[in-house]
Amino acid sequence: MKKTVNIALVGVGGQGILLASEVISRAAMLAGSDVKKSEVHGMAQRGGSVVSQVRIGEKVYSPLIPEGETDFLVSFELLESLRYADTLAPNGTALINTQVITPVTVSSGQQPWVEDIEARIEKAYPNRKLMDALKMAQDLGNVRTVNMIMTGALSKMLDIEESVWLQALSELVPAKHLEVNLKAFALGRGLE
Amino acid sequence: MTVEKTHRRVSGAILNMSENMKFLSGNEAIAHAAYKAGCKVAAAYPGTPSTEILENVARFKDHIYCEWSVNEKVAMEVVIGASLAGTRALTAMKHVGLNVAADPLMTVSYTGVNGGLVIVSADDPGMHSSQNEQDNRFYARFAKVPLLEPSDSQEAYDMTIQAFTISEEFNTPVIVRMTTRTSHASGIVDLGDFTPLPSNGRIYTKDITKTVPVPAFARGMRVRVEERINALREYANSSRLNRIEKGSSEIGIITSGITYQYVKEAFPEASVLKLGLTNPLPRDLIRRFSESVERLYIIEELDLFLDEQIRAMGIKVEDYETQLNIGELSPFRLKQLRAEIYGEPAPDLPSKGVGEGLPARPPVLCAGCGHRSVFRALNKLGATVTGDIGCYSLGTFKPLDAMDTIICMGASVGNAFGFEKAGHNNKTAAVIGDSTFFHSGITGLLNIVYNKGISTVIVLDNRITAMTGHQQNPGTGQTLMGEETKEISIEQVARGVGVDRVRVVDCYDMDEVETAIKEELDAPEPSVIVAKRPCILGYKLRVTRQFEVDFDTCKGCRICLKLGCPAIELGDADPEKPKIRKVKINPVLCFGCSMCQQVCTFGAIKDKVLEEVSR
Ligand SMILES: Cc1ncc(C[n+]2csc(CCOP(=O)(O)OP(=O)(O)O)c2C)c(N)n1
Ligand code: SF4
Repeated sequence: MKKTVNIALVGVGGQGILLASEVISRAAMLAGSDVKKSEVHGMAQRGGSVVSQVRIGEKVYSPLIPEGETDFLVSFELLESLRYADTLAPNGTALINTQVITPVTVSSGQQPWVEDIEARIEKAYPNRKLMDALKMAQDLGNVRTVNMIMTGALSKMLDIEESVWLQALSELVPAKHLEVNLKAFALGRGLE
Repeated sequence: MTVEKTHRRVSGAILNMSENMKFLSGNEAIAHAAYKAGCKVAAAYPGTPSTEILENVARFKDHIYCEWSVNEKVAMEVVIGASLAGTRALTAMKHVGLNVAADPLMTVSYTGVNGGLVIVSADDPGMHSSQNEQDNRFYARFAKVPLLEPSDSQEAYDMTIQAFTISEEFNTPVIVRMTTRTSHASGIVDLGDFTPLPSNGRIYTKDITKTVPVPAFARGMRVRVEERINALREYANSSRLNRIEKGSSEIGIITSGITYQYVKEAFPEASVLKLGLTNPLPRDLIRRFSESVERLYIIEELDLFLDEQIRAMGIKVEDYETQLNIGELSPFRLKQLRAEIYGEPAPDLPSKGVGEGLPARPPVLCAGCGHRSVFRALNKLGATVTGDIGCYSLGTFKPLDAMDTIICMGASVGNAFGFEKAGHNNKTAAVIGDSTFFHSGITGLLNIVYNKGISTVIVLDNRITAMTGHQQNPGTGQTLMGEETKEISIEQVARGVGVDRVRVVDCYDMDEVETAIKEELDAPEPSVIVAKRPCILGYKLRVTRQFEVDFDTCKGCRICLKLGCPAIELGDADPEKPKIRKVKINPVLCFGCSMCQQVCTFGAIKDKVLEEVSR
């Protein structure tokens, strides 16, 4: 039996993580796999951290990824990538958007910023891919496409055909935003 | 698993999938089940993790009348009425909501139903968004009604449909118990033939021996309740809701709900008795299962609901040390248990050592949220604040730091009065949101007036139920089904229950807010302050004004940071006094409420020229 693939998407409320995990789940389902997705709807919109977990396999039981068994950690924000470091499997891959969203605790001077953030990322993630998805989204003319750029980058690492991804996107993204989201996805997928 | 039957994986390419295979959360699945089961009336009050059930039922509003009730008790009473009248009806609430609705629940168990009646209780192990971790399975035992525990979205769909049937067949309300990880996790659901079942054809015929539990009739009902639970036990013994999955006979595990999924992952070889109908317990089946395995374990989330009952049957159950009854379970926690059972070394989770000292990212009140000025004033005045539940609970934390207590929805009002009667030596105010006031604040206010109190109640009137994702409430002028309705004024309600001192203030006028609170705290009468500003997120309000900091005028005193506004940040240091950092305003977040301008004593915060406001 093929092993279940575990994907965790982390970031900050408002970054479109929930849509990204919906697209990934839909693609996996269209490709004939079993899928489960789990997220906690907390006060994400008030600036808190967000985590969504997707598990893809022949038969998936638990919607929660066992600690230490995440295969792909997709972090939409630099600092958040470190919060979940210990959940990644030893040979897991981290896909990290280098965008920084300063938490209020830092901007208001209550807590210091982590100065050695790059060093920590290097230490935690031997397999990693850093990308400036915010810049890419700005170049595309829509900062809200960060999520599809990240999804595109992830898509290359999963055994699901491109046509399936495009189908999933077209089913889930509202028609008026579809074109730019398809472009964003292609951009992410084209990254080396 | 139904998916395997319908299609198989073919090298990652698109497969033809039946229209009726959907990827649904447990909550969405329940809404689909309500439609399929021909449910006609659904009523609820929002509460995480149950909220999306009614939000999704509203997608079928052409078939199902649905509403946001004012609170859970009313929701329960509405669906009981609908059921007695003969239609199928459903209510949904978070675990603590069932406390509010417990009174009608305990007696509808006696009267029984006419049309099928389903009560969904969504518990929150781990307290992701709740004030306690109560295990609502006990309510089913307490009320002597059947309890179904789905373990994924497919079961949430199938079992909810079946719950309606059980309800009608056994003349009883049925509780479907969800948890955060069944409500908010999604999976593939085969909806089957997705056309509503035909009407059950039931009509209302008056029978007071059935629907009026005066003692003379209630005693008869009491006996029937006991007969019913016995009949249900027989049903539980043979129902496919409870099944044995035969594995090794060395270890047998009894489990239910989401825990089943973790058990399958952590103990793939074990024999499992998966219980879907957990009240009343299928005693014969449990006994048979226990005899078929060498060692019997019971694994459940939260309290020892199954464990204590099964031990009381005289069945030998293995003990273990691994603590499972606090917080939510996970595959990892069960792997720890596995290690204990098999005497293996505990699974280790090597730390990469990069997590120390990471700054927290707590939720905060939005930039421009009207609630902020009220907390700033209460903090300044040093008042004791009995609080309540909503976005405004965030006023508890630094730097706003202006809430002393939270008990349950509506408690702020009675709590403030209690502080008053205890002779508390500080000025005390209750702070409550509009939705919470309508939910259960009004009776407390009436109590203050009636019992000659002088407490001050501040209602944060943002005209929406924000915390749970911006639902309509009696103050919004809109119903769940998208219809316009009467907009209830809090001022009028307050006057209506006898409060003479009722003041309305604009949250964006900080002086007005502070003066009003100060004067009302001093007043020798009960008073209500209605602090108004619509919720920014809920009403998707546009920015019409923004502010910026004049670097040279800013003295770096940080008084504006006391507002806890996410748009105000520490910026560059003063070139002459490098220890002093000045503030700056994040133009992406600034909503233009002007509170920072009002608190700045140096006049360093200026209006931005309007053309530059581009959001
Ligand atoms: C009995 C009960 N039902 C539901 C909830 C979930 N809940 C928490 S706060 C809240 C609504 C808050 O709305 P409001 O009082 O208007 O304050 P806002 O969030 O808008 O500031 C709800 C429904 C709960 N905690 N307890
Ligand atoms: S969602 Fe509304 S009520 Fe909640 S913090 Fe934001 S503005 Fe305030």
